[in-house]
Amino acid sequence: MCNAKDRENGMAEVDFDVVIVGAGPGGYVGAIRAAQLGLKTAVVEAGQLGGVCLNWGCIPTKALLRSAEVYRQFLRAGDYGLTAADAGFDLSKMVERSRNVARKLSGGVAHLLKKNGIALFEGRGTLLGGGKLKVETSSRETIFLSAKHIILATGSRPLVLPGIEPDGQRIWTSREALVPEAIPESLLVIGSGAIGIEFASFYNAFGSKVTVIEALGRIMPREDEEIAHLARKEMEKQGIRFLAGARVTVLQSDGNEVSATIEKDGKKEELRTARAIVAAGVTPNVENLGLEAAGVRLDGRGFIQTDEYGRTSAEGVYAVGDVSGDPCLAHKASHEAILCVEKIAGLEAHPLGKHRVPRCTYGHPQVAGIGLTESQAEEAGYRIRVGRFSARGNGKATALGESGGLVKTIFDERTGELLGAHLVGAEVTELIQGFAIAGTLETTEAELMRTVFPHPTLSEMMHESVLEAYGRAIHI
Amino acid sequence: MSVEILMPSLDPSMHNGRIVKWLITAGDPVNIGDPVVEIETDKAVFEVEAEVAGVLGEIRVAEGEYADVNSVIGIIREDGSDVIPSKETPAPAQPAGERKKVAPVPSPAGHRVFASPLARRLAALEGIELSGLSGSGPKGRIVKIDVERASSSKSAPATVTPLKKEGPLGDESGFLPAYESIPHTAMRLSIARRLVESSREIPHYYLTLDCEMDALMDLRVQVNDGESVKISANDFFIRAAAIALREVPAANAAWTENAILRFSRADISVAVSVEGGLITPVVRDAGGKGLALISAEARQLAEKARAGKLHPEEYKGGTFTISNLGMFGIKHFTSIINPPQGAILSIGAVEERPIVKEGQIRPATMMTVTLAVDHRCIDGATGAEFLAAFRRLIEKPVRILL
Ligand SMILES: Cc1cc2nc3c(=O)[nH]c(=O)nc-3n(C[C@H](O)[C@H](O)[C@H](O)COP(=O)(O)OP(=O)(O)OC[C@H]3O[C@@H](n4cnc5c(N)ncnc54)[C@H](O)[C@@H]3O)c2cc1C
Repeated sequence: MCNAKDRENGMAEVDFDVVIVGAGPGGYVGAIRAAQLGLKTAVVEAGQLGGVCLNWGCIPTKALLRSAEVYRQFLRAGDYGLTAADAGFDLSKMVERSRNVARKLSGGVAHLLKKNGIALFEGRGTLLGGGKLKVETSSRETIFLSAKHIILATGSRPLVLPGIEPDGQRIWTSREALVPEAIPESLLVIGSGAIGIEFASFYNAFGSKVTVIEALGRIMPREDEEIAHLARKEMEKQGIRFLAGARVTVLQSDGNEVSATIEKDGKKEELRTARAIVAAGVTPNVENLGLEAAGVRLDGRGFIQTDEYGRTSAEGVYAVGDVSGDPCLAHKASHEAILCVEKIAGLEAHPLGKHRVPRCTYGHPQVAGIGLTESQAEEAGYRIRVGRFSARGNGKATALGESGGLVKTIFDERTGELLGAHLVGAEVTELIQGFAIAGTLETTEAELMRTVFPHPTLSEMMHESVLEAYGRAIHI
Repeated sequence: MSVEILMPSLDPSMHNGRIVKWLITAGDPVNIGDPVVEIETDKAVFEVEAEVAGVLGEIRVAEGEYADVNSVIGIIREDGSDVIPSKETPAPAQPAGERKKVAPVPSPAGHRVFASPLARRLAALEGIELSGLSGSGPKGRIVKIDVERASSSKSAPATVTPLKKEGPLGDESGFLPAYESIPHTAMRLSIARRLVESSREIPHYYLTLDCEMDALMDLRVQVNDGESVKISANDFFIRAAAIALREVPAANAAWTENAILRFSRADISVAVSVEGGLITPVVRDAGGKGLALISAEARQLAEKARAGKLHPEEYKGGTFTISNLGMFGIKHFTSIINPPQGAILSIGAVEERPIVKEGQIRPATMMTVTLAVDHRCIDGATGAEFLAAFRRLIEKPVRILL
């Protein structure tokens, strides 16, 4: 662990094989892998262990969404022959649970770092060039570290668009949206990516009148058109309103309300809601990092430019996770960190193919996708076979009372390569990994058809979708 | 015990090689380290040495023929007393268990081929023998990309095979005079492939400028005065280009699918013509090296290139190319970009020309240079800025010495 004597005299320089700046899913996972490989490793963290993911992202949102899911089941208890007469909720308890879950996991990271003999420096790291790093702790101490390899895993924060500046009061980012004091009567969500949709889903479950605005032509623009369309239909049934191809030009806090000027098809519209959440993307944490001093270059979008092993333009400096660019997802951060560290250690590292990174949205309904969408596959010039299987034909989904859903698979007609898989419906975020494994092992439709899926499970829909692509589905 | 000699892989981009010459004949004894066969790739000629002592038992691939990486090109019998089989001896006569493979990139032991289902499917579709491939997946497993690579290299030599001597190459009209058909070398094919790709894919544009050379020529005379080893004008150009790239870093760039790469250092590729083609050895970090060192390196690289003895690390990965045809008296020419680089500088002859200065016609020593640029990564103004910086250096050459 961190050397107490060095810290006392303040100016000590400590030498490591690897120093990682940031302890999110990129940083702490990379540090553990480095320690496993026998490298002398340190982590520098200015905020909380676990980064955005554990503290203000993936995990606390999932805790809140679980409350929403159980509540929804309460409300339809009658469907299952149950009575839950006084279904109600206590928002502060839900938030408290969500914070406790985050705290517990963050504590888990502290334990893992310790167990692996990783030094932790709590403070802000700045590159000084030449393998040196300065850490300023909250108590204004300065510590100098040096390392052959410095990995930047400083993550990202919500993107602020001009004219749409969060104020922390009525105009929120995901931070404030995770710790609400009350459910706003109405809510404007700007951005229909995973984060926007998840908050829309949560607040809608507890009675907020939610409008989601998307600047691009359709909602969930990264997902397959058909899947996104089905998800939209389902959410509209729940009362969420969508405006795609619309842009918020001005957003102002006004009394106890927010007023938004919305432009769609050249026409202006005024929308007043109690609160607004800005979820229009993220921007990398690249400021005050000493990037220039170290010779680390950014790409055209302001993310740190790296090669497939996370190496930047400066020798001995690497970047992984959100700070090195799309897709900004926790599992991508962890994976990149591992392969970066393995490359440093001289192991044979296999670069991460972006088409192998699954995307998940945990709203209601859930959405998951991997690889090319149908239109992307067509644009790429493939002759494709598309399989579709609806949850209506699946026994388990029917037994669960979750018969809205679709599993769609896309194959290269010539080779049988699984080009993409896209799912909407119950638990699809848990199903998608099957297609991820299939992709990594380079299976063709033949092995997928030959695989025995347990009955009755939702996973049988995956099998049927593959069969359907070749005209062999059973339950259609 | 017999040991297979496999076609080695010099670098990951190598798919196959051509047997130039067997240095010993079947039946000759060999010792560990003895050169056995000369191989030509698209970049270089190199020798393969015996890894065991014994007798060259069999030649599987004849001189002049191609073999895929990791395929068997010959057999060494470790036990010299072994009867040397005649060429007719069917290969399967050897008990499989007694074979050992000697491969720079060893494929998994035994004869079981590890390949992904998709790789197997693709190989079947393309008619590619999986056992001849080396796998890039975990533990040497053959994956899709390995088959795709093999199939693209397979199609290259395949286009050559029809060019047999008696091949009626487009002379159905009967009007062609008698010709000699010269089979493609691996280098020729590589040049053809890369240049076609470059001229088809890269949106080239060209910028031309005249430089006054008097100052540089004077300086060169002073620098070389009394020295036995002379610094050439081209050495000055290499360094000037590198310094100009440092001054205009946006011109030291390459286009890739996902991003424009802007390099931190100018590694200058220098086009050298060699028998049967040309190759571009690289003077690394020419901006950070003195003229004398550049000169020595450039000379050494050119000599190695002509002898076909360049190592991959000596010709791969430059960031900018210089091509000089001045010695042939060429006044002005354009070049095709050497992908994935972003630009190439064509240097014409240094010659006396009349120029007009302050209303007077007077003689001056001039040189015309033309920059070919990839518009995707370097815009016109940037290219022009670079060329102007290059001219400033050539016309005030003392800065090249600094
Ligand atoms: C509301 C929300 C929900 C999300 N849900 C999901 C999800 O369900 N699934 C998913 O995969 N992704 C999700 N994400 C995205 C995910 O959180 C990020 O992709 C992930 O956290 C990126 O990991 P990282 O390690 O790159 O950076 P981060 O997790 O951002 O961690 C970076 C760390 O670096 C520290 N740091 C920054 N600068 C310095 C410095 N100079 N010195 C020291 N420390 C520094 C920060 O304090 C931070 O702790 C969500 C994000 C949000 C906002």
